Amino acid sequence: MNDMRFTERTVATDEVKIAAKGVQVYYGDTHAIKDVTIDIADKTVTAFIGPSGCGKSTFLRCINRMNDTIPSARVEGDIRIDGEDIYDKRVDPVQLRAKVGMVFQKPNPFPKSIYDNVSYGPKIHGLARNKAELDEIVETSLRRAALWDEVKDRLGAPGTGLSGGQQQRLCIARAVATSPEVLLMDEPCSALDPIATDQVENLIHELRERYSVVIVTHSMSQASRVSQRTAYFHLGEMVEYGDTGDIFTNPKDERTENYITGRIG
Amino acid sequence: MTDATAETPRRGSGTGSLMVPDARTAKRNAREKRFRLYGLVAVCTGILMLALLLTSILSAGLSAFRQTTIQVEVPLVAERLDPEGNRDPAQMAKVTTFGYAPLLRDALIGTIESAGIETELDPRAIADMVSDESVAQLRAFVLANPGVLGQTIPVEVLASGRIDGFFKGRVTYQTAELDKNISPEQLQLAEALQEAGLLATGFNWRFITAPDASTTRPEAAGLGVAILGSFYMMLVVLALALPIGVAASIYLEEFAPQNKFTDLIEVNISNLAAVPSIVFGILGLAIFINFAGLPQSAPIVGGLVLTLMTLPTIIIATRASLKSVPPSIRSAALGLGASRMQTVFHHVLPLAMPGILTGTIIGLAQALGETAPLLLIGMVAFVREYPGAPWEGGLFDPATALPVQVYNFTQRSDPAFVERASGAIIVLLIFLLIMNLAAIFLRRKFERRW
Ligand SMILES: Nc1ncnc2c1ncn2[C@@H]1O[C@H](COP(=O)(O)OP(=O)(O)OP(=O)(O)O)[C@@H](O)[C@H]1O
Ligand SMILES: [Mg+2]
Repeated sequence: MNDMRFTERTVATDEVKIAAKGVQVYYGDTHAIKDVTIDIADKTVTAFIGPSGCGKSTFLRCINRMNDTIPSARVEGDIRIDGEDIYDKRVDPVQLRAKVGMVFQKPNPFPKSIYDNVSYGPKIHGLARNKAELDEIVETSLRRAALWDEVKDRLGAPGTGLSGGQQQRLCIARAVATSPEVLLMDEPCSALDPIATDQVENLIHELRERYSVVIVTHSMSQASRVSQRTAYFHLGEMVEYGDTGDIFTNPKDERTENYITGRIG
Repeated sequence: MTDATAETPRRGSGTGSLMVPDARTAKRNAREKRFRLYGLVAVCTGILMLALLLTSILSAGLSAFRQTTIQVEVPLVAERLDPEGNRDPAQMAKVTTFGYAPLLRDALIGTIESAGIETELDPRAIADMVSDESVAQLRAFVLANPGVLGQTIPVEVLASGRIDGFFKGRVTYQTAELDKNISPEQLQLAEALQEAGLLATGFNWRFITAPDASTTRPEAAGLGVAILGSFYMMLVVLALALPIGVAASIYLEEFAPQNKFTDLIEVNISNLAAVPSIVFGILGLAIFINFAGLPQSAPIVGGLVLTLMTLPTIIIATRASLKSVPPSIRSAALGLGASRMQTVFHHVLPLAMPGILTGTIIGLAQALGETAPLLLIGMVAFVREYPGAPWEGGLFDPATALPVQVYNFTQRSDPAFVERASGAIIVLLIFLLIMNLAAIFLRRKFERRW
């Protein structure tokens, strides 16, 4: 862990983007998230770390209500984005998800062309007025996901024909293309080589200027490199949450310390 | 040594050489070989059965596609066919087939004489060599073209069923001795006509296009009405079962909550698929004919009954192919802010398409071959009139269906109908083959890599 550079540790703003209070998630009888309360700041990268199965993905899915699509999942508690309760009856999850983008843990490109993958979101949300604008969005999104140079000559090729790492970046490009206000990234670099990882991390830095980014990662060095805030999850509980530098250098909870020093997980 | 056995599971033989298979491996390999053999035997049995079926049908039915005809020069004597002499079709129609029969008989005798063939047969016996249907055909032709009156026109008339059977090997001189419908002398004359080039056996278009004929005229019986009726019913089934089935499946699979009620529906649909088809016939009779008052023997009723039968098949196939679309595709679309409907129509349905189409075509093929429910709703009737075009209410006109026509043919006593029945089966099988090929083609076309 000697490559940890706590750059840009300072949080740009203290404005709260996402406020979760007393969130519980059950899958049938399994209690997957236990009373999590967290304030996620705007224009900040927040990292979720923790051992496998501790509920990071589950909590992430609460923020764009993707848990609604899992029949057995039940979410309780209060989650607000910009002060609005996203679980309110009046909230249309479809509209919410346009605002809160997500990159899934497993790359899941559509079995369509690369171009169609990226342009799908802008198309259904009417973000482009004509083909030229759409082309523009596709290109910038692919550039930001560090995929443009590899695919610019074969935009018509199927997205599923790409390598695992390329698919992951395609999914990032797809999520970025809809210009969400919040971007949830579930282990976006798990299949990437160091070069692509670096490019995605640069993208995250760039996104932070405008958006709030939540990233789940198993790489402690990545968490320390890209995030300003870190939350440590353990068996469904959020054990510790604070500035990334503090969590990594001075964890208050024993479980956090054990995890980041490599004793568990 | 004891330590080692405690740590690693002991191998069957102690040699450890990879060149010699140990006892366990040899046993496993033998088992695999046996299993492969069973499989091969099963496949061969299946192929053998299929080959037997096909040869028996083809050998019995191919001759239905050939027909013996006699070339006759018929002088259309105007005075006898149009006694009033005004060429008014209504007046001409008063001359029945009894007026035409002697004309054709004399023409036949004349043709034989002018070909220089000697025969001792009396005129009646000679007239019996052509099908009764020919007289009716001649009359229909004259009524349709009154202008030909007074001319002598060449007509290709159907030979009688027995003469036709003689050239297909079904009738011989020996059987003719015992048959009151044909005599060896008539057969001799037929052979002489063939030598003179006046009698020939050619491809039988009429078998495919002509309507059914009465039990005494097997040589004239065709499948035209049955093919049209089957086609109309398939139209009805396709137009109703596909949209209803797909809509129901999409609702059940993508929108309906998972609860006791949907479970109940699911069980019922599976059960419906296993309900004997005749039950659907009774249902159709009760609902569509007795209650709704739709006409009997109509393709619309047949189509509705077959729709009921095909729906479960389509729903089951569609649901299975919707289920097989990876959930990650749905998550991806929903995560981008697509609505559920957009998710289904933009991403899930295109991926499920090959399965849906295959299921639909298999359902249609099943419906095409279905007989029992159609018997109950009166499609077994003897229909000689073609139904009208679908847009002219043809769906409500009486018609029969291919499998019912097969059944009809087998119920008739004249052995010539055996050939017709097998021929009809061949036509049915060809349609099924075409549908299955279409299923394979569509599957190939729509199949995509994940
Ligand atoms: N769809 C589901 N149905 C039932 N249980 C689930 C489902 N998804 C997750 N769980 C359970 O919820 C708990 C948390 O899972 P989650 O996927 O959130 O873990 P995670 O922290 O993302 O793990 P990883 O780092 O391996 O991705 C696990 O115990 C898991 O078994
Ligand atoms: Mg996860």
